[in-house]
Amino acid sequence: MTKITFVKHDGEEMVVDAENGTSVMNAAVDNLVPGIDADCGGECACATCHVYVDEAWFPRVGNTNDAEEAIMSLNPDRQETSRLSCQIPVTDEMEGLKVRLPEFQF
Amino acid sequence: MTDAAANNAIEMASQDSRNMYGKDPYSIPLEKYDIAQSALFHTNTMWGFFDRLRKEDPVHYCEDSIEHSPYWSVTKYKDIMEVESNPEIYSSALGISIRENRDSFNTTSFIAMDEPQHGDQRRTVQGVVAPTNLAILEPLIRGRVAEILDSLPVGETFNWVDRVSIELTTQMLATLFDFPFEDRSKLTYWSDVATCSPEIDKFVESEDERERILIEECLPAFTELWNERVNAEPTSDLISMLAHGKETRHMQPMEFLGNLILLIVGGNDTTRNSLTGGVLALNENPDQYQKLRENLDLIPKMIPEIIRWQTPLTHMARTALCDTTLGGKQIKKDDRLVMWYVSGNRDEEMIDNPYEFIIDRDKPRQHLSFGFGIHRCMGNRLAEMQLRIAWEEISKRFSKVEVVGEPVRNRSTFVKGYSDLPVRVHPL
Repeated sequence: MTKITFVKHDGEEMVVDAENGTSVMNAAVDNLVPGIDADCGGECACATCHVYVDEAWFPRVGNTNDAEEAIMSLNPDRQETSRLSCQIPVTDEMEGLKVRLPEFQF
Repeated sequence: MTDAAANNAIEMASQDSRNMYGKDPYSIPLEKYDIAQSALFHTNTMWGFFDRLRKEDPVHYCEDSIEHSPYWSVTKYKDIMEVESNPEIYSSALGISIRENRDSFNTTSFIAMDEPQHGDQRRTVQGVVAPTNLAILEPLIRGRVAEILDSLPVGETFNWVDRVSIELTTQMLATLFDFPFEDRSKLTYWSDVATCSPEIDKFVESEDERERILIEECLPAFTELWNERVNAEPTSDLISMLAHGKETRHMQPMEFLGNLILLIVGGNDTTRNSLTGGVLALNENPDQYQKLRENLDLIPKMIPEIIRWQTPLTHMARTALCDTTLGGKQIKKDDRLVMWYVSGNRDEEMIDNPYEFIIDRDKPRQHLSFGFGIHRCMGNRLAEMQLRIAWEEISKRFSKVEVVGEPVRNRSTFVKGYSDLPVRVHPL
């Protein structure tokens, strides 16, 4: 299990235990984190699991892939550290990962 | 369309040996399947044919179609996702419905573009359906819904489509465009003109007539609004956004028209038919209607289920830009593919008991009605909001909206909807 912190847009923090081998999106959905709808179920095809990765963590969560870039680029509220959480795998190295939940998804 | 004309069309189709209407899905060899026949959708009898395709030939080629050019039918949820997720292989730029694109306006809106133009234009208007804008719209929508519902004739039979579904979605469109309210019925008319099939439903006489109406009536009306707004401060309506948007302010007239039609159609009959479909689904499933009455908190979960159950657009189409394979089949460059959302939304591999309407279904938003990928419906959350408010307000007033006659369905292989649903409302 790996601990991940989700920070709501109003600042409230939710710390969840995520199962390795799943994705950060799965961790949110399994723990009823609000604002992560994941309509497509993790296929990188709906962009409803958008998160802003904490700046310090951003270089450590891997690169944005092409499909992810294509769909995120349509969002005018996309930021420098935006990722789709279904594309971030949960591993031991992610222990302590912090992501913020965009207001536009609430 | 008159009943006589409809019957005539069915009559004509049934004389064609390729006709599938009225036949058993297993009486026709698969290689003769031509699922895109409007009579099947008009009579709601396409399901068994799609079931067989999903089981036996999920990516199916039809070479000889009554109503269309040759096309592939993609019928399973996962194969549809694969097409949606690879826009560099499966292009939208040659049209997004099975109908051939002789009408030039169809090829000039962002739904029918590839990257990068698609994204540039879409970003310009996306803001109108941003959550912050939706929050501003919510009380306005609620007020208009309330007025419509309060004016319904209790104790009489009336057509839900005309009195509620069309009226509500038309008012919404007028609001989004800040279109002159007293002229709002024109929006619905232009939407119907844009989506009808002249050769089949005779809503307009011909393709030329369609083009004439849109170019000589719709375009000038909007050009006038554009001219007003381009010289004024930017506001949050769609015309102002287009007139001031960096990527859209230099649009050519036909491109402007294309995008208008997209936004009108996108916001019109999809929501209209889901609002009607919900009434029908609840009446066909009285246990679910009872469940709803006992717990109105289920409304937000019920809305995506209604949208799945209805699937207001039966399909979107793509064109292969290169040779490729899909579901084991060889797709050739320039082949047309039809992603049948209506079939994918009944795919038992992805959706449990897909033929059942379950208002508290687990993961209700996992359906194909909005499409997926970069072309996923931009107005999905607005649509859900409109339907949620409608059902909240309906439930405050009526113990039941009772269907008292047979629905009349569209004769269309694209827009899956209704022209009539006779109902009576029963106050609480």
